[in-house]
Amino acid sequence: MAGEYRLTQLEVLEAEAIHVFREVVAELERPVLLFSGGKDSIVMLRLAQKAFWPARIPFPVLHVDTGHNFPEVLAFRDRRVAEIGVTLVVASVPDAIRSGAVVEPPDGTRNRIQTPVLLEALEAGRFTAAFGGARRDEDKARAKERVFSFRDDFGQWDPKNQRPELWSVYNGRIHAGESIRVFPLSNWTELDVWQYVAAEGLDLPEIYYAHEREVFERDEMIYAVNGFCRPRSGEEVFTARVRYRTVGDATLTAAVLSDADTIEKVIDEVAATRVTERGATRGDDRFSEAAMEDRKREGYF
Amino acid sequence: MGTGSMDLLRFATAGSVDDGKSTLIGRLLYDSKAIFSDQLAAVEAVSAAHGDDYVNLALLTDGLRAEREQGITIDVAYRYFATPRRKFVIADTPGHLQYTRNMVTGASTADLAVVLVDARKGLVEQSRRHAFITTLLRVPHLVLAVNKMDLVGYSPEVFERIAGDFTRFADKLDIADLVVVPISALHGDNIVSRSPNMPWYEGPSLLHHLEHVHVSSDRNLIDVRFPVQYVIRPQSVDHPDYRGYAGTVASGVLKPGDEVMVLPSGFTTTIAGIETADGPVDEAFPPMAVTVRLAGDLDVSRGDMIARPRNAPEPRQDLDAMVCWMTDTPLTTGRKLVIKHTTRTARALVKDIQYRLDVNTLHRDLATSVLGLNDIGRVRLRTTAPVFADPYRRNRATGGFVLIDEATNGTVAAGMIIDD
Repeated sequence: MAGEYRLTQLEVLEAEAIHVFREVVAELERPVLLFSGGKDSIVMLRLAQKAFWPARIPFPVLHVDTGHNFPEVLAFRDRRVAEIGVTLVVASVPDAIRSGAVVEPPDGTRNRIQTPVLLEALEAGRFTAAFGGARRDEDKARAKERVFSFRDDFGQWDPKNQRPELWSVYNGRIHAGESIRVFPLSNWTELDVWQYVAAEGLDLPEIYYAHEREVFERDEMIYAVNGFCRPRSGEEVFTARVRYRTVGDATLTAAVLSDADTIEKVIDEVAATRVTERGATRGDDRFSEAAMEDRKREGYF
Repeated sequence: MGTGSMDLLRFATAGSVDDGKSTLIGRLLYDSKAIFSDQLAAVEAVSAAHGDDYVNLALLTDGLRAEREQGITIDVAYRYFATPRRKFVIADTPGHLQYTRNMVTGASTADLAVVLVDARKGLVEQSRRHAFITTLLRVPHLVLAVNKMDLVGYSPEVFERIAGDFTRFADKLDIADLVVVPISALHGDNIVSRSPNMPWYEGPSLLHHLEHVHVSSDRNLIDVRFPVQYVIRPQSVDHPDYRGYAGTVASGVLKPGDEVMVLPSGFTTTIAGIETADGPVDEAFPPMAVTVRLAGDLDVSRGDMIARPRNAPEPRQDLDAMVCWMTDTPLTTGRKLVIKHTTRTARALVKDIQYRLDVNTLHRDLATSVLGLNDIGRVRLRTTAPVFADPYRRNRATGGFVLIDEATNGTVAAGMIIDD
């Protein structure tokens, strides 16, 4: 930090996120952190460590597992959780499909059916607060969401009836059955996240960096060939140098062509890009102009 | 990590779509390359489908379905852009009277506010209201952006008249720093660089001012206020006896060895150490989130306040405050609410509603006994437990509070404590 009692933008964002973590643990009984092994949740986990140091993170982490995973990300998740010594709860979409709790859509995408599985897991764990890694720069519906986002007893978000949020005074009061989704990274951008990863020397799953992979093109996006995602007839498979900007369901998350195989190169690439990370890589947000708002209303992260 | 060393400026924008606010924000985002091509493509497609003659940049900021359907901004939207000097967070607030609470919310965290006026219309009731709310929330820097200069032939006389009108009005308020800039958001005049269309204007472009305005001295570095947020007690093999008080520095500078007083007990002790997960620090200042260890064995818990023995806030249960009422059911005398002030929560009784302020004329309506949605007024509260407060004008962090409805748990008011 420079003179004049000045903090850099990353130091301010870090301090504000730590404040949010502490406020939640002080005011809400049973928090849980949504951890997917993606970069935003990895940053959240580091911030949680810092907030309670030298004590351990005082809550478990929850992964909503669609069953459509990148093996590198799953391996990373298990390794990171073991290193930190935090409890991992897995809410399994395949299990929910087998038990009949949710029905897999005919096209095989599991994005929408994650929501009931998440809500069921929150209820089963009696979790009253769930930390999510969502950022306001990701989507225009998220641009309006609070840091403490109130959910009714069906887990639903009501965008027209949000609690005003002033200064850094957060209102975490709820009735039984209700909950709060908490977004400590609300004011971070994709670039801030990458700069923080660099500043903290955080490990990420290797698929975030450029590598060679068998891919095919669909709807102007590049998808990896894997167990869940096969080219249809007419879709030509080729090898390309790619990386992932986001990591989600393997059937829906597209790669981008990239040579950025180091963190410095990724930061340069992110600083120069003119496409949002969701627009570039997420088939799920292209359904409609209000795709994200609709999913959030239903209780999505 | 070059860009990691930027600082952060939060600013609020106030004005309506008619004043060109969305165009201005769109222009700042576009010129700083913060609008992405897929966002722009989506907006262009929707504008074309609506049959608009121009690309409606408001669609970029109006994120909710209801807003797009009604063509209005309902809620505060947060936008981000960066230049090589600074990262900016814009709190984009709707301009109309019925959204006063949203502007109050957006202004609460702002270092600076940009109030827009249309050069053809000059100052209107709404401009005065925006300026007043800015000063009520103690936003330290105000920019009056006189927009649509292209439509008045870039006339220096028009600009001078509006700037003069505003300065005379501003004298009645308490504005620390005011800059007036003539712009055309549509054509980009005086946005990023000085416009050749207005050679008579000698001040900075809007973006130049946003990049250079000095905000670090706005913080209160004098009065040490550290609200205890959470007590860290690992009770682990490595740290069997560790007890640290975690929190965010509200104001002042804390150093190890400093003599401090803990409220409400009034006990004095010294700071044994200030720690973070990255190691101990020599000093802590706002808005750092740290853990303070105190010498001796004191009973300190969440909601307590660490201050200096000769500079501590007076514990008080009677509060005079300006409040902005934020919900449909009006506030009446005798109402019981929950008050959350820093990390401390208590119950509060509304003893008296002294007046309602007309935010357009600044007239005090002493006859009123209720505050409705979006009203601002002066109230007297009695709390069940003492709060450790400072006047809001001296300290935004320890002078502000929220009121919560006990039945619905909704946040129903923002309050700012006034000096006695």
